[in-house]
Amino acid sequence: MSKYMLIMRGTDESNAAMMADIDHLMATTREFIEEMLKAGVLLAAEGLDEPRQGVVVDFSGEAPVVTDGPYGETKELFGGYFLLDVASKQEAVEWAKRVPAARGSKIEVRRVAGSDEVPQVDQ
Amino acid sequence: MSTADVEAVWRIESARIVAALTRFTGDFGLAEDAAQEAVAEALVSWPLAAPANPAGWLMATARRRAIDAIRRRTALQDRYALLATDPVVDSAVEDAVDPDRIDDDVLALMFVSCHPVLSPEARVALTLRVVGGLSTQEIARAFLVPVPTVQARITRGKKTIAAAGVPFELPPAGERRERLGGVLSVLYVIFTEGSTATSGDRLLRPDVAYEAIRLARTLAALLPDEPEVHGLLALCELTAARFPARTGPDGSPVLLEDQDRRRWDFSAIRRGLAALGKASARGLGPYGLQAAIAAVHASAPSVEATDWDRIVVLYEALGRVAPAPVVELNRAVAVAMASGPGQALAIVDELIALDRLPGSHLVPTVRGELLARLGRRPEARAELELAARLCANQRERSVLLRKAAALR
Repeated sequence: MSKYMLIMRGTDESNAAMMADIDHLMATTREFIEEMLKAGVLLAAEGLDEPRQGVVVDFSGEAPVVTDGPYGETKELFGGYFLLDVASKQEAVEWAKRVPAARGSKIEVRRVAGSDEVPQVDQ
Repeated sequence: MSTADVEAVWRIESARIVAALTRFTGDFGLAEDAAQEAVAEALVSWPLAAPANPAGWLMATARRRAIDAIRRRTALQDRYALLATDPVVDSAVEDAVDPDRIDDDVLALMFVSCHPVLSPEARVALTLRVVGGLSTQEIARAFLVPVPTVQARITRGKKTIAAAGVPFELPPAGERRERLGGVLSVLYVIFTEGSTATSGDRLLRPDVAYEAIRLARTLAALLPDEPEVHGLLALCELTAARFPARTGPDGSPVLLEDQDRRRWDFSAIRRGLAALGKASARGLGPYGLQAAIAAVHASAPSVEATDWDRIVVLYEALGRVAPAPVVELNRAVAVAMASGPGQALAIVDELIALDRLPGSHLVPTVRGELLARLGRRPEARAELELAARLCANQRERSVLLRKAAALR
């Protein structure tokens, strides 16, 4: 039993495909969310606004530098996530395979570390 | 694909497959057997050649095994004839799951697995196996019993359901409330086995508690208008939120008053409070009230700053809707915190006078604590030693003995 985050990574190709048939994608995503709720595994799901609206705070220098716009030059931008509570990594992967994702996109499956695995806030 | 991959698909699909096959064959036992055969086949064949659609493969195979089984049963000749002419048999496997019906079928499956004709042990085993998708081995591990014992419980359970002619349907309106209560109590039994293991050397078994939470979430999604389902879910989430702080690094129990509340799982608390909100729609039932008590703890910065008066009121309400000696005992603990140990001791002594909780280690545990707070040390020590003798969990027992020793 662990929490896993399915991190949606979109490319220019997948974002274009997604926008071309956004109604269908919205409907299938709603169904998928419903299915995960009924399986008792979904904790949270959210999508991010478009990368162009984002801001990057860069800590390379002495003081943080703030720039408007998308993060770096990456072709695989973080566009949203599903947070699952599942029995195993394999189950997280099985759910990831069922995400109604646009062609060309990728999903990164990452385990959420438990509170006893990361330094505590007060330490 | 590995064994773990097969198990992962089975986890997601088992309830739907067994439910659809039970609807299809009208025979719960046969459906369960056929589904298990399909998993066994998957474990052999998937590592060699992974199917393109694993879920569909499982359903199609289970369906074929069900038809094979029916063919073997001459007594069911009529139904076989019906199936043989059923055009659905040869069509796409997806048809086996009727999307308009599958939710009700999964619910019906939960009601069958928790049916009152079954022994309590069989209800737990069947629910975890057919609805939760756990293997016999996993259930045996969860309840610290031998695998053959679980197998026997499942086999007997299926026979009992067949012998009693339990129909595969949602309970009729007149029985609905009571039957739903039966389902909730099975989930609660599974949860408590994980949150306070009745035996063994570990206090918590979060994996077992997780199965109950998962099933409660499923039930809440399928029955969104039943407040007590949300109440049970809230109770489980709020209780599990304290798990990270409930044991020390060596696995020994940490009492509520000593817990580092910063270690509580705040996202679980938020989910619990949200579920409690839904449970409160029309007055709280027994699970909702227990969740409300857990919510008071979850929202308090410390034991001292806890709203004990509210907890006393909630226990009084719980005692009215679901009178039980253990509720009285918990009310005594709350009264001790709100108004002092003397008043609480009177409640406990009344429980003892009426012999309401014979053999329980909880009564002498609480009595010992109260006596210690009243400064009656020798009596307190004797009570805690008695509690230790009665307690089956080794971790709890050593805490009791430590407390008793401190009173010397």
